[in-house]
Amino acid sequence: MKKFFAQAYLWFLLAMLYAPILIIAIFSFTEAKVLGNWTGFSTKLYTSLFSGGVHHSLLSAIENTLIIAIVAAAFSTILGSIAAVGIHNLYGRKKAVINTLNNIPMLNPDIITGISLFLLFVSLGITQGYATVILAHITFCTPYVVLCVMPRLQQMNPNIYEAALDLGATPWQALRKVIIPEIKPGMISGFILAFTLSIDDFAVTIFTIGTEGLETLSTYIYADARKGGLTPELRPLSTIIFVTVLILLIVINVRSQRAAKRKEATR
Amino acid sequence: MKQLLRFFLKRSTWSIPYAIFLLLFVVLPLLLIFLYAFQDADGNFTLANFSKFISSPEAANTFVYSIGIAIVTTVLCILLGYPAAYILSNAELCRSKVMVVLFILPMWINILVRTLATVALFDFLRLPLGEGALIFGMVYNFLPFMIYPIYNVMQKMDHSYIEAAQDLGASPMTVFRKVVVPLSMPGVMSGVMMVFMPTISTFAISELLTMNNIKLFGTTIQENINNGMWNYGAALSLIMLVIIFATDLFSDSDEDRASNEGII
Repeated sequence: MKKFFAQAYLWFLLAMLYAPILIIAIFSFTEAKVLGNWTGFSTKLYTSLFSGGVHHSLLSAIENTLIIAIVAAAFSTILGSIAAVGIHNLYGRKKAVINTLNNIPMLNPDIITGISLFLLFVSLGITQGYATVILAHITFCTPYVVLCVMPRLQQMNPNIYEAALDLGATPWQALRKVIIPEIKPGMISGFILAFTLSIDDFAVTIFTIGTEGLETLSTYIYADARKGGLTPELRPLSTIIFVTVLILLIVINVRSQRAAKRKEATR
Repeated sequence: MKQLLRFFLKRSTWSIPYAIFLLLFVVLPLLLIFLYAFQDADGNFTLANFSKFISSPEAANTFVYSIGIAIVTTVLCILLGYPAAYILSNAELCRSKVMVVLFILPMWINILVRTLATVALFDFLRLPLGEGALIFGMVYNFLPFMIYPIYNVMQKMDHSYIEAAQDLGASPMTVFRKVVVPLSMPGVMSGVMMVFMPTISTFAISELLTMNNIKLFGTTIQENINNGMWNYGAALSLIMLVIIFATDLFSDSDEDRASNEGII
């Protein structure tokens, strides 16, 4: 009985959490301009989303979002991994200071990060555009990469690096053959995290994107929604994003469960 | 030359590029908020930005209203999220790990898409947009951020405490009140931070959910910055930073108390 109520409560909450997304997904299969009108089953919105034409600006917004996310995630992963190795080898007050600074972008609300960077770019007289958005994204993504890489370094046996040096490896070789293989899983999860954070971001982007007409998916949706009439093509787009994320998460979950089982089997 | 080479090869040196990056893009921008907040448009020192905030009823009202909305959202998230986290972490009540993923999944979806989905839901059900929609949208957006930290703490909770309490004759209700709740307090506190902070600082969401009828503090800041009132906008941002800092301190001290109670 208790279990029944508990399950019922969970399903009630899930229904509340998923109802909005489901409605968007259902109405992505009809042509009606206004959401809520069902004018028969059709996949026209899906084909017109990819055929470009009228909604060329939407496609270029998607393209910008992906380019910014890939570049920002790549730079954050490199910067964050190098920084993690450095921080791991620091001691005492220096380490504490840099760790505190590293936490600031994660604790600050997005709007504060956005405004502070906006003020930086204006007072330096930098024109805002692609470069400033990417810089801003690197700023709030790198701390997460550092946090992903750090545990791998802490688990690593510190003597391996020294051993490689003693056996005649140059520091560069030791880095490539010893440290990087050890921290690689952390770097990969850091990259994925940075990528998703960048794609998702709206508050920091809008303050650093400038007025040159550059649009990412978030700013496009925002401008579109403010005009009142929501582009119908956003329905199939949201549905595709949702299904992609769903599949990705299920794959990650199944993989980690399988890995856990394998570990148990070898034990 | 050799010394220089050795300096670059020392691994602790590798933290220097990031340290410089942090100074340039984190510390300096925050200092600029302070600087702008205490300056007028010509760069002279002034407190006018703050007195403008206190004397203008609109900005001050928006500020108080936003804190109210943030508190209501946070309380609703605790009331809805705590039982969910408890059920999810209890192996007797919920065995499947898929459930947990389903609850966390919405966090990965763009906040604007989620908000528009809420607007769509209200349109679909023919419900009016307004304060109700705003609170529903906020809870809907941030509930996963409350459930996840509480679930995490409950998952790691040492179950021998619960068993000990049961062995010593505590009723299920007493066990819940005296053992489970105090031990899960750190999770609740980080959940409060993760919900209260974004709700007080959001903009855009409130405009979309109320058809521009209700303005929150974040929107006020954004409008001022967009309209070129950088100094006033910076002063408002500083006020928001102080509030967030205060919440942080409050939840920190509470966390200590909670963990002490947990040990006793």
